[in-house]
Amino acid sequence: MAVTGAVMVLFLVLHMLGNLKIFLGKDSFNEYAHALRTLLEPLLPYRTVLTVLEVVLVASVVLHMWAAISLSRRAGKARPVKYVAKKSQAAGYTTHIMRWGGVTIALFVVWHLLDLTFGVVNPKGFDSAPADRMIAGFEPSRWWVTLIYIVAVVMVGLHLRHGVWSAVQTLGWANSTRNKVLRLSAGLLSAVLVIGFLAPPLAITFGVVK
Amino acid sequence: MNLTLKVWRQSGPSDKGRMVTYKVEDVSPDMSFLEMLDVLNERLILEGDDPIAFDHDCREGICGMCGMVINGVAHGEQRATTTCQLHMRHFEDGATITIEPWRAAPFPVVKDLVVDRSAFDRIIQAGGFVSVPAGSAPDAHSIPVRKEDADAAFDAATCIGCGACVAACPNGSASLFTAAKITHLSLLPQGQPERLSRAKAMVDQMDAEGFGGCTNTGECTAVCPKGIPLDAIARMNADYLKANAK
Amino acid sequence: MKYTEGPEIRDAKAPSGPIEERWEKRKFSAKLVNPANKRKLNVIVVGTGLAGGSAAATLGELGYNVKSFCYQDSPRRAHSIAAQGGINAAKNYRGDGDSIYRLFYDTVKGGDFRARESNVYRLAQVSVNIIDQAVAQGVPFAREYGGLLDTRSFGGAQVSRTFYARGQTGQQLLLGAYQALERQVAAGTVTMHTRHEMLDVIVSDGRARGVIVRDMVTGEIERHLADAVVLATGGYGNVFFLSTNAKGCNTTAIWRAHERGAYFANPCYTQIHPTCIPVSGEYQSKLTLMSESLRNDGRVWVPLRKNDTRAPGDIPDDERDYYLERIYPAFGNLVPRDIASRAAKNVCDEGRGVGPGGLGVYLDFRDAINRLGRDAVEKKYGNLFEMYERITGENPYDVPMRIYPAVHYTMGGLWVDYDLQSTIPGLFVIGEANFSDHGANRLGASALMQGLADGYFVLPTTIGDYLAAGPFGEVDEAAIAEAELKVRNKIDRLLSVNGTRTPDSFHRELGKLMWDYCGMERTEESLRKALERIPELREEFWQNVKVTGTAEELNQVLERAGRVADFFDLAELMCLDALVRTESCGGHFRAESQDADGEALRDDENFAHVSAWEWGADGPILHKEPLEYEYVKMTQRSYK
Ligand SMILES: Cc1cc2nc3c(=O)[nH]c(=O)nc-3n(C[C@H](O)[C@H](O)[C@H](O)COP(=O)(O)OP(=O)(O)OC[C@H]3O[C@@H](n4cnc5c(N)ncnc54)[C@H](O)[C@@H]3O)c2cc1C
Ligand code: HEM
Ligand code: HEM
Ligand code: SF4
Ligand code: F3S
Ligand code: FES
Repeated sequence: MAVTGAVMVLFLVLHMLGNLKIFLGKDSFNEYAHALRTLLEPLLPYRTVLTVLEVVLVASVVLHMWAAISLSRRAGKARPVKYVAKKSQAAGYTTHIMRWGGVTIALFVVWHLLDLTFGVVNPKGFDSAPADRMIAGFEPSRWWVTLIYIVAVVMVGLHLRHGVWSAVQTLGWANSTRNKVLRLSAGLLSAVLVIGFLAPPLAITFGVVK
Repeated sequence: MNLTLKVWRQSGPSDKGRMVTYKVEDVSPDMSFLEMLDVLNERLILEGDDPIAFDHDCREGICGMCGMVINGVAHGEQRATTTCQLHMRHFEDGATITIEPWRAAPFPVVKDLVVDRSAFDRIIQAGGFVSVPAGSAPDAHSIPVRKEDADAAFDAATCIGCGACVAACPNGSASLFTAAKITHLSLLPQGQPERLSRAKAMVDQMDAEGFGGCTNTGECTAVCPKGIPLDAIARMNADYLKANAK
Repeated sequence: MKYTEGPEIRDAKAPSGPIEERWEKRKFSAKLVNPANKRKLNVIVVGTGLAGGSAAATLGELGYNVKSFCYQDSPRRAHSIAAQGGINAAKNYRGDGDSIYRLFYDTVKGGDFRARESNVYRLAQVSVNIIDQAVAQGVPFAREYGGLLDTRSFGGAQVSRTFYARGQTGQQLLLGAYQALERQVAAGTVTMHTRHEMLDVIVSDGRARGVIVRDMVTGEIERHLADAVVLATGGYGNVFFLSTNAKGCNTTAIWRAHERGAYFANPCYTQIHPTCIPVSGEYQSKLTLMSESLRNDGRVWVPLRKNDTRAPGDIPDDERDYYLERIYPAFGNLVPRDIASRAAKNVCDEGRGVGPGGLGVYLDFRDAINRLGRDAVEKKYGNLFEMYERITGENPYDVPMRIYPAVHYTMGGLWVDYDLQSTIPGLFVIGEANFSDHGANRLGASALMQGLADGYFVLPTTIGDYLAAGPFGEVDEAAIAEAELKVRNKIDRLLSVNGTRTPDSFHRELGKLMWDYCGMERTEESLRKALERIPELREEFWQNVKVTGTAEELNQVLERAGRVADFFDLAELMCLDALVRTESCGGHFRAESQDADGEALRDDENFAHVSAWEWGADGPILHKEPLEYEYVKMTQRSYK
């Protein structure tokens, strides 16, 4: 769980940095998208590195989901009879955010891939330049798309606010002296991700980037 | 004070069980929670009803025998307090209180609020000890222990084995209990030789008993009457990972 | 109550010779069991407290086939878990003049010269090994910054010999023993039976050969056979209903062994602990001890005037009576328990008690807080202060604590010889359950020491000597059947009364009677009154108790009723013992026997003996075991 989560977090950081390139102009962004596909060329054929990364990523997602599902099932088995009254004493929404939030994120990613990677649901279609797809996707009239992204990214933020600290705890590196710092870092990282991810679509929707 | 209690009643393991409502009157705010139940039970006996079975012994917060989920919280809402040390002055007159047993598959209900926690003993059997037969010990001063380590080990060792952590955990995990013992022994020089094998054996036993996994939600430490911190779980995880890497 | 006197007990089997060598001598003379034979020898240990837990673990380590029983759901919950203060050992790590001899001397004197010299000396010797053993197991005792063990002075001792683990020493020691026990369970040498209550001993051919127990979950009556039986079932302070003992503490195991022929020694010796939280109401189910260590810094006082209802803070110093410091200037607030308790009772009897009902005295930390600072006080006693506040709702940093004496420990118990064997061959008794090494008063921090000495070191040696003659062959079926029938009959009888009073209501009444008539101060008159009332109340119990449910289920009412029934019988013997012993000694204060200052007056001429009572169908039979002192001179105890 922790390892697969960490891989995904790493991806997200890179992904966010990439997305921010939109602010440097369409070309810069297109170059980046192109570079992703031609990394280490001509050593390796077109898209090799990206494919490897994708495979690792997909494996992580699958393993992560598998772990999440088996944990939930074990939890269900460990408590076959539910409480009539149950009141949380800690950050009680954590479990729900992790489980349902995770599912929401997964659904989003599917849609997101259809939208921006394969262009299936994107007005510009598959053959367009990535930057165009992106700008078209978030144009003001499609404010609801932006809204979906906002919800999704906030979910990701919440998931990671707990998830990042949780991964450190799971790997046994946390302790109470470090915890304050760790919790803060997790929060900070999540906040940076949320802001970083939301900046481009919002900028597009509000017409800052065209 | 007058109270309405909704109590889980279950005559035995094969009974399905149900919530039953009782009224108790003239409760003194100075009573402990268990004394309030005693008063109700005395009345039930005289009425020819079966009194509510619940576990308890020391009634001073140290034996770990008592435990019920009160208004949805293991040991009730007062922090760092066992059920036997909870006093009625913390409840409002006229309140309705729900009382349920610990709920976890590895803690089957024996009767009413009494559950079987022998799974905890089996986790200790798996390795929660230092192998030192009586009479074979060196002089107590032959190995100095840093005060900080001794104090931290003590903090973990205060776990009373009540099971509230399991009752509160959304996953029904026994991680805090298991980690408390692993931490206690792994912080002391005496516990080093068996440190990794102990962590592995105890965690594997915990899983074998059917407890859930830990997803670090922290409900356990919030209800733990001894305030065992989540650090313990991190330490257990570290030892467990190391043991598996070997 | 009629009793007769039987022959004296002349030989308690202690070896002769210099006291330092006796234990060594006994160990050497004890027969050894061939390792291959140990597996074939079965031992039953009832009780998993410090005594029983350590004994079962050690016997398992030695290779015997052990069955262990307790009434709780886990062996870790035995009442020993509640001990707070600490454990004594003659380590002399401080170099403050302690020694085995001094611990021996203090214990004999503290016990008011009513304990056996040989036993106490052995206890002091073995105390040293206990600390080593516990530390090796990972017991997190308090330490100094240098990494060495910390000690404190405790309960009337002038040297610092008490090892402690904050206010939870009993818990940590018990967890050590429990872990050792579970290790043996995993190794297959010990089989654990939790939620099982022992209800009788099986005696066959004059030897203890097993026990009858009730599975408290299913109600099944089971028989367990063995070559020897060890009782480690703790004390019987709950005969007073209100005591600092856990709710389940009972006399059933030792009382039923007594009915089978084990002598009961010094039943009247009970310890009343001076620093407990006073009773707050009728519903009270138990009393909570506040560690004695509080007396190291807290000052005990009551108002000088009677019925002074001012708030404690409004009473100026010159209108306060720091009575312990006044009467006992040398020891002040640190006098032994029996003395502190009686002094509190006296000032309350004078009408100067504080709190509801006037049954309380102040334990005040005002001066300590001024002198050391609030932080230092919090560091030392924080958890105790919290516990006090949790129970009373009062904050002891602002208002003085109110305390009152409460029943705490029973020095009496089944009579055992130097080998810890009772008068039934093969029945060994250890820990608080035996009449032990404390004489008429137990010093603080020495019950833990005795329980672990018995369990880790003494019993495993002496029982081997007995078992070397085993295995003892088949157990007589008639003996088993008879014991089983007796148990069943008692249960059936309890269930069939169907009267109008609960077992607890009887227990409460019995307890109050014992507290009033056989408590801190006893007189011929009060004891005779008790001896009249107890049989009447018992009669009413058997006519009018109401036990709901059936025998074939978890039935907590039935469990309680069975225990109360035995408490009645024990209470009677306690009062008789107290009546016969017309001297005052230790925890036994006969108002008729005091000096001009109101201090306890011993009568060594007539009472320097152990009173061992044999159960007889026509009333108890008293056997006296004379006590001789070769090493310690009997003196009047003085703490002035
Ligand atoms: C509040 C408190 C504080 C104390 N503090 C100190 C201290 O600081 N220092 C000190 O030296 N001493 C202290 N003592 C005294 C000391 O704790 C006890 O005397 C000692 O622990 C007794 O140990 P034990 O092994 O003999 O019995 P226990 O620990 O009482 O164990 C009895 C065992 O017998 C079992 N049992 C009983 N009856 C039956 C039955 N019928 N069938 C089956 N099983 C049965 C129980 O399940 C239990 O396992 C304190 C006592 C109290 C009450
Ligand atoms: C497919 C949908 C997802 C589901 C169902 C899901 C579910 C969960 C659950 C239940 C946990 C809690 C487990 C624990 O704390 O140990 C968790 C932890 C975590 N998740 Fe997810 N998640 C999903 C997607 C993601 C994504 C996309 C990321 C990162 C970008 C991520 C990163 C993390 C991290 C870092 C943890 C902490 C791991 C740990 O504590 O060991 N998750 N996830
Ligand atoms: C709102 C901010 C986001 C924007 C603007 C954005 C944009 C993009 C774009 C343009 C691509 C296509 C890149 C390409 O094909 O070259 C892409 C791919 C992808 N995005 Fe996002 N994304 C956002 C948020 C997210 C989030 C929150 C996740 C995951 C939780 C995510 C996961 C992915 C994945 C898995 C791919 C496919 C990568 C690949 O094919 O290699 N994205 N994103
Ligand atoms: S960790 Fe806390 S809640 Fe869990 S068993 Fe121990 S004391 Fe109870
Ligand atoms: S509540 Fe459960 S999820 Fe882990 S942190 Fe505690 S065991
Ligand atoms: S009864 Fe012992 S902890 Fe509550």
